[in-house]
Amino acid sequence: MTAFLIRRLLSAIPVLFVVTLVTFLIMWLVPGDITAEIAGPDATAAELAAIRERLGLDRPIWVRALAWYGDLFRGDLGYSYLLNRPVVEAVLERLPVTLSLTALALTLATAMGMLLGILAAVRHNTAVDQGAMVTALIGLSIPDFWLGVVLIILFGVWLGWLPTGGFVPLAEDPVGWARSMALPAFTLAVTQMGVIARMTRSAMLDVLSQDYIRTARAKGMRRRTVIFRHGLRNAMIPIVTVVGVITGVLLSGAVVIETVFSLPGVGRLIIGAIQRRDFPIIQGGLLVTACVFVFVNILVDMLYAWFDPRVRNDR
Amino acid sequence: MTAEPGTTAAPPLSLAQEVARARRRRRIVFLRRLLGHPSFLIGFVILLAFVMTALLADWLAPYGPTRIHFRAILAPPSADHWLGTDGFGRDILSRIIHGTRVSLRIGIFVVLFTGILGTILGTLASYISWLDGLIMRGLDGLMAFPGVLLAIALAAALGPSETNAIIALTVTFTPRTARIVRASVIVVQQMQYIEAARAVGAGHGRIVFRYILANALSPLIVQLTFVFAVSIIAEAILSFLGVGPPPPAPSLGNIIADGRTYIQEAWWITVFPGLVIAVAVLGLNLMGDGLRDVIDPRQHSTRDTGGR
Repeated sequence: MTAFLIRRLLSAIPVLFVVTLVTFLIMWLVPGDITAEIAGPDATAAELAAIRERLGLDRPIWVRALAWYGDLFRGDLGYSYLLNRPVVEAVLERLPVTLSLTALALTLATAMGMLLGILAAVRHNTAVDQGAMVTALIGLSIPDFWLGVVLIILFGVWLGWLPTGGFVPLAEDPVGWARSMALPAFTLAVTQMGVIARMTRSAMLDVLSQDYIRTARAKGMRRRTVIFRHGLRNAMIPIVTVVGVITGVLLSGAVVIETVFSLPGVGRLIIGAIQRRDFPIIQGGLLVTACVFVFVNILVDMLYAWFDPRVRNDR
Repeated sequence: MTAEPGTTAAPPLSLAQEVARARRRRRIVFLRRLLGHPSFLIGFVILLAFVMTALLADWLAPYGPTRIHFRAILAPPSADHWLGTDGFGRDILSRIIHGTRVSLRIGIFVVLFTGILGTILGTLASYISWLDGLIMRGLDGLMAFPGVLLAIALAAALGPSETNAIIALTVTFTPRTARIVRASVIVVQQMQYIEAARAVGAGHGRIVFRYILANALSPLIVQLTFVFAVSIIAEAILSFLGVGPPPPAPSLGNIIADGRTYIQEAWWITVFPGLVIAVAVLGLNLMGDGLRDVIDPRQHSTRDTGGR
């Protein structure tokens, strides 16, 4: 298992290299004078010159790339002139909200999706199966940010049951926190629930048609035990893979949903930075989110190897 | 002697003619199976309706999409304005009808460019071994950006416009498509008929285009229907965040963005364009599912939703 982990960590190096390179190059795509964008409309000529000096915009691009990597190794993602603070600080401070929203949505999506998928597989080719699959497909087709706004209108404006937005820290008021996270997490979960439901169903159908399932039934085991102990456990590997894919989708979904529900996460920071044209923050937020995703993927692979020993010893 | 009808007068066929005829017959069987598949048929009808709406927008829309009705600002749905009006007094139905054009254009171009780039990169990677590592590591790096986050950042850097949205989405969706092409080309390369073609002296170009790509095409087509669906949603996300096609020209996404200011008093601005997106995407998903079932009946309806 340790050898597998090391191999997996090494394979993340080229990925991180491309991620950092792309993040660096995005700045270079911006048309026009980026200094004025970074400094904001009120900057003086001296400030502009200072920024140009600091970013080394007069130097060739490969020198700037080297400087970018040098800063990265020292954990420096640049400085936001509009927020007047280092980018790392601003991003890391917002990260917990984004991560907790993603985790909450992932838990909800997995629970609802697996339930739906198992139900569909067990009642294969019945109305229950079809209903579950239609629900899953509709979930997949709904734009999540739109669903968020519609739920705000429904529960916030019309019924008045939940807040229309805003955030309450968990440490301050757990009930308020749950109320502020309920709609965003549910919104994100609905769209990804479908993916898990479909994968669970097909994996369960594959497993349930195996001979050992028939044997287990034939020797008089209870149906529920067969489905969960023999069926689900063996269907977990494809499900875990999808959960990995979905985490990425949820992470980027969280970025948009935070804006819809006014939650102070990395997403809202990035979107705010886009509106203010605060490029260091955009770069930093993008880079940190991508690194989180790379890390999650390693975690998923470890989980995968734990479920299936063949993966560990492969290659 | 009674011959079967249809074959009586037929002159003996050459081998090439025989092959062409068999190919045609197989194509007809395939189309018949496709149109007999309920999900594909429903999806196809929805897509057709969507395309017709976009093409006939000038005739279908009751008003111009940017025409301002001063007497009907934030008017709820009524006989004059079926889906109500927005904060400027513009007719929502007309804006939605014209907005479908933007979604369709973005969808078509992203599918086209993603398909071309994905095919080139995927084929190069699987065919030229020293390029494989380089291309695949690059694509892995691009796929490390979760969902449409890369597209959002790219669109923000390039500036809000339809062209830039297409560029941003193509960059985001090409890696997964290239991977799918590469995987299926690798499978086809090991088939005996490729060896046979090589043995009778077919050149690289002929082998790649005539045999490999032709046989590796189906997973790509299924993938592209999903790219189309995700592009429509992604356009809406970009516009909602203010980095998509800019107002006042309507797009399904920027109508929803307009509606955000008025969620307290005018739900119709938000609700209807989103419904249209959901129905269009549902149609494309149904089509993709149907295609996959018919092309590869062994595989169950599972799907890799990369990139939302």
